[in-house]
Amino acid sequence: MAAGASSPGGSRAGSLSRALTGWTFVLPFAALFLVFTAGPVLASLAMSVTDIRGADLLDPFAVNPVGLSNYLDLFADPKFVQASVNTAIFVVAGVPLTMALALLVALGLNSGLVRFRTLYRVGYYLPVVTSIVAISVVWRFLLHPDTGLLNASLGLVGAGGANWLNDPAFALPALIVMTAWRNLGFAMVIFLAGLQAIPQDLYEAAEIDGARRWARLRHITVPMLRPTMLFVAVITTIGYVQYFEEPFVMTQGGPLDSTLSLAYHTYNQFGFGDYGAASATGYVLFVVVVLLSIAWFRLLRNNVDR
Amino acid sequence: MTGDPTRRRDRRARLVLHVLLGLGLVAMVGPFVWMVLSSFKPEEEIRRVPITWLPEDPTLANYAELFSRLDFPTYFTNSVVVAVLTTAGNLLFCSAAGYALAKLPFPGRRVLFGMVLGTIMVPNIVTIVPLFVLSSNLGLVDSVAGLVLPFLAQAFGVFLMRQFILSIPDDLLEAARIDGASELRVFWRIVLPLCRPALATLGILTFLASWNNFLWPLVAATTEDTYTLPVALALYAIGQNRTDYDLLLAGSVVVVLPVLVVFVLLQRHFVRGIATTGLK
Repeated sequence: MAAGASSPGGSRAGSLSRALTGWTFVLPFAALFLVFTAGPVLASLAMSVTDIRGADLLDPFAVNPVGLSNYLDLFADPKFVQASVNTAIFVVAGVPLTMALALLVALGLNSGLVRFRTLYRVGYYLPVVTSIVAISVVWRFLLHPDTGLLNASLGLVGAGGANWLNDPAFALPALIVMTAWRNLGFAMVIFLAGLQAIPQDLYEAAEIDGARRWARLRHITVPMLRPTMLFVAVITTIGYVQYFEEPFVMTQGGPLDSTLSLAYHTYNQFGFGDYGAASATGYVLFVVVVLLSIAWFRLLRNNVDR
Repeated sequence: MTGDPTRRRDRRARLVLHVLLGLGLVAMVGPFVWMVLSSFKPEEEIRRVPITWLPEDPTLANYAELFSRLDFPTYFTNSVVVAVLTTAGNLLFCSAAGYALAKLPFPGRRVLFGMVLGTIMVPNIVTIVPLFVLSSNLGLVDSVAGLVLPFLAQAFGVFLMRQFILSIPDDLLEAARIDGASELRVFWRIVLPLCRPALATLGILTFLASWNNFLWPLVAATTEDTYTLPVALALYAIGQNRTDYDLLLAGSVVVVLPVLVVFVLLQRHFVRGIATTGLK
């Protein structure tokens, strides 16, 4: 922490009044933050080792500590296992898909185009700022088996369509594609900033040395972009691990739980009044987020060192 | 360097690039265009195969029905009030706290900042249970205050403001203090004006996040009086009425329109803000 806090000596009274001033400035934030963010994070951990249920809100003394049994029960719960598998597939397929598409667009936009740049940027970014509910209305229509644009287009080229959202084999892939479509704009903007930060003389030097376009991409762009990729990978992974809204508005977790996610499962447990179990599932999710972020850091940092 | 064949090849490459990026653009924006156009069509035309793009006989009937049959004005007002209060609160509280964390030594500073950093990554779903228990104990469930308070002071906002304020030179603040300016005056007259880019970024991001927020309003708004637009639309869409595409499309346009206006007007700030917060 290289904070620039300046304390030019001063008397005791002076430093006391400084401390008071400091606390006055942080007090509104600190109070709200402790009550509504930090407190609940700890409370959730505490609840996860109790048998608290929705009905206990009226009778707090009926809550008993149960140790780790909420956590152990999770792994015997077929819904939790299914939700974990679905979430893993969602992340493993969704993150690389999103990043690859975003990188392609960013490279395209960064290759000396002048015209329409803003138009492209705004257009590709549009789904990021749009409510998932509105997106789901349009996508449900696009994917509709009878009147949807997708099946109609497939029919034109003679291919048979599918009942995308009602077929357990296709529902999750459809959600993954939709999510990549929705989020690639965010990754694109970050990639663009990363690309523009690469010193131009590196490319000029390489060109003088006779490096072709592909070689320049491989040996300059990709290595120089590693920190940006790390950032995008971490942010996208954190977001995708907790995906909830997409299945909620598109499929309600179905068909046959094929799109049920960990966050959705937590939400359902909460809805059923299983507060202890919901807190445990939530914490598992939190741990996964932390572990994945650490893993990404390790992975990409090692690659830089090599 | 500028031999004719190279230049022609460059021009052709650029054309190919425009075609590819343009196709992508159609895939990104096409659904929205169709959504807006179709919201002016009667239900029968929306469901027609093959689909039509331009409405044959444009009508405002969907919007009229939306605002008369459903309680859309209430949802709209709720969404606006929640987003505006949340944004105003974050701008004020996060910049004040960010200033103290960056420039004012006070006991507990490191601990507080550590907690801020530690909670940035916590998934929303983790705190949903205690937050709901807390809200029901405080009588906040199903009230607008209950939708605003949990988001009034967010870790990300303080982090953003602190990082930005760190870059303001101490000498500037010290000079004002020597001239006898109070700490409040230094903050209000010197720090805040210098923070304008960061405030713009924070304001836009908070407004959009609040407008599109889904999980908490879904849990905490239990009657129609406190529904926000996305919650109302989602519950309507997945309820028994899920086949009313005419109303759903008009509702989607109403949800998207304010965001679209904010985004297109401020897109410069937006892209710059995301890029700078992203890379620091």
